[in-house]
Amino acid sequence: MNKTVNQKAWFLILPVLILVAFSAVIPLMTVVNYAVQDTFGNNEFFWAGLSWFEDMLQSDRMWDALGRQLLFSAIILAIEVPLGILVALNMPKKGFWASFCLVVMSLPLLIPWNVVGTIWQIFGRVDIGLLGHTLAALGFDYNYTQDTFDAWVTVIVMDVWHWTSLVALLAYAGLRSIPDAYYQAAKIDQASRWAVFRYIELPKMAGVLMIAILLRFMDSFMIYTEPFVLTGGGPGNATTFLSIDLVKMALGQFDLGPAAAFSLMYFLVIMAISWVFYTVMTTLDKRDGI
Amino acid sequence: MARITLDNLAHSYLTYPRGPEDFALKELNHDWADGEAYALLGASGCGKSTLLNIISGLLIPSQGRVLFDGRDVTTAPTAERNIAQVFQFPVVYDTMTVRQNLAFPLKNRGMEAAEIARRVQKVAAMIDMEAQLDRKARGLTADAKQKISLGRGMVREDVNALLFDEPLTVIDPHMKWELRTQLKKLHHDFGHTMIYVTHDQTEALTFADKVVVMHDGRVVQIGTPQDLFERPAHTFVGYFIGSPGMNLFDATLDATSNGRHARIGDATVDLTQPYAATGRVQVGVRPEFIRLAAGGDGIPAQITRIEDVGRHKIVRLHAAGRDISALIGEGEAIPADTDRITFAPQGVNVYADDWRVAPGGESR
Repeated sequence: MNKTVNQKAWFLILPVLILVAFSAVIPLMTVVNYAVQDTFGNNEFFWAGLSWFEDMLQSDRMWDALGRQLLFSAIILAIEVPLGILVALNMPKKGFWASFCLVVMSLPLLIPWNVVGTIWQIFGRVDIGLLGHTLAALGFDYNYTQDTFDAWVTVIVMDVWHWTSLVALLAYAGLRSIPDAYYQAAKIDQASRWAVFRYIELPKMAGVLMIAILLRFMDSFMIYTEPFVLTGGGPGNATTFLSIDLVKMALGQFDLGPAAAFSLMYFLVIMAISWVFYTVMTTLDKRDGI
Repeated sequence: MARITLDNLAHSYLTYPRGPEDFALKELNHDWADGEAYALLGASGCGKSTLLNIISGLLIPSQGRVLFDGRDVTTAPTAERNIAQVFQFPVVYDTMTVRQNLAFPLKNRGMEAAEIARRVQKVAAMIDMEAQLDRKARGLTADAKQKISLGRGMVREDVNALLFDEPLTVIDPHMKWELRTQLKKLHHDFGHTMIYVTHDQTEALTFADKVVVMHDGRVVQIGTPQDLFERPAHTFVGYFIGSPGMNLFDATLDATSNGRHARIGDATVDLTQPYAATGRVQVGVRPEFIRLAAGGDGIPAQITRIEDVGRHKIVRLHAAGRDISALIGEGEAIPADTDRITFAPQGVNVYADDWRVAPGGESR
């Protein structure tokens, strides 16, 4: 039987094509457009080639922000993942308290970023904040608006407070999917608590943990609202992460060209790191687990 | 290896059981002889897994004691009982190799490396997995994984008993036979006490020396496969074991002949031996012992359907107000004018209130 050629079938993918074009491709292309042009106002643009990219690659400002960003993501991953697992391991398995814990754990996830920033902004204030005032009363020289270290600690604690629940809930779901027989077999084999974690729980959680790490990495790498509300990037530039810097450049200084070049590189960095994460973890998973 | 004694054992999942119906496992006394292979057979929910979990120590019974070689282990934790268990779904440590899996129970017990290596090698030979020792366990098939869980038990040479909880559920049909044969051979060669829980009568009858049939939380019969077939102690054993199961007829014993005859409907059946029974009396005859006849004595019957299952034919009949089955050999002809059935005398059992009545009058 001959296949009839029917080019009309292409129309079937047209809706998706239009949707993706308007939601992703066209906006992205406008950014690409700005990245290769310069303007002196009056809506007159002229070709600038790759000079904005060269400029940005040589600017200390971007490298510093990238360095801070990587450090921030590394720290919160190093805290939130083990802490989330620990919380999940200690959550009740069933009954009223299990549901109670799940609800309480979900609460921080439901609070808008802006509000989280505001909560901690007030919480940490030395004059009226519960945390700031208590620390000051205890004799600590704490002030997140003036001290770089204090600002970092506050931003990190805020992120841990906001997002550890996500890791914990995912890890908890992974743990709940382990059949009882595994624990019974481990008892019969006289496995220690550590061995149960290392050889049963961790391998069974590997899949969801991979998703948790990936989500937390991408999210933390793009963080904007919470530190912006809390510290505004300060003191100085101490907590100016990539997004904050980008917004300053694009909207504060209205440097459209450099900001566009910056955001394209930002985008590529996130994609590249996520891809590396994903590839490494899936091959690890296939070869011998974690 | 050990003799396992169950002394007055019973279990209820409720904290305050109010009557016998609240017990998942009703009172039970039994000795599991050292080195024998037992099958624990029963329908789902009959209490067989409860019993197994009590023996393995995952569950503490609400009454009675469990003894291993006379030592009370009722409340001892699983690890202390030194038993091995193979579960319904293969339990292996995915990230370890087969070798590490087999060595794991020994390593946890702090055994020295040379001894571990020797035993792992030996067990690998026993379960026929020497070639795969250095492969990761996660990529293996379900039957290979079940063999590893079995090996993890046998690697401890002093293990008291090997327990199996429906271990062939997830195994492909053609591998089931092979694994069961291997298991039987291992039992023959090494003489571990084995307790095998299943709801599959073929598995139970081919695997075990003794089959323990459970029904509704109670052990209804313990016996060899032949006992269960020829002399089912309870009507449940009768229809649960055998394919198709035993035919049961409501009957009344004929007092005038000292209970040598029973009336089923309008017909009279010669029981050849005297019986005395009270309560609801039933006559049980396996399909293998039902003969088809035309005219003469016997219970009037009409053939409703004939199923050819290869080695024999199953004849479905309607007799004495109920549907019954008869088995006849492949080569045997079925008389076209069949209108009666008779019973082969050696295949007749009499039941009173579901329990078998021994001939000669004394009740079970």
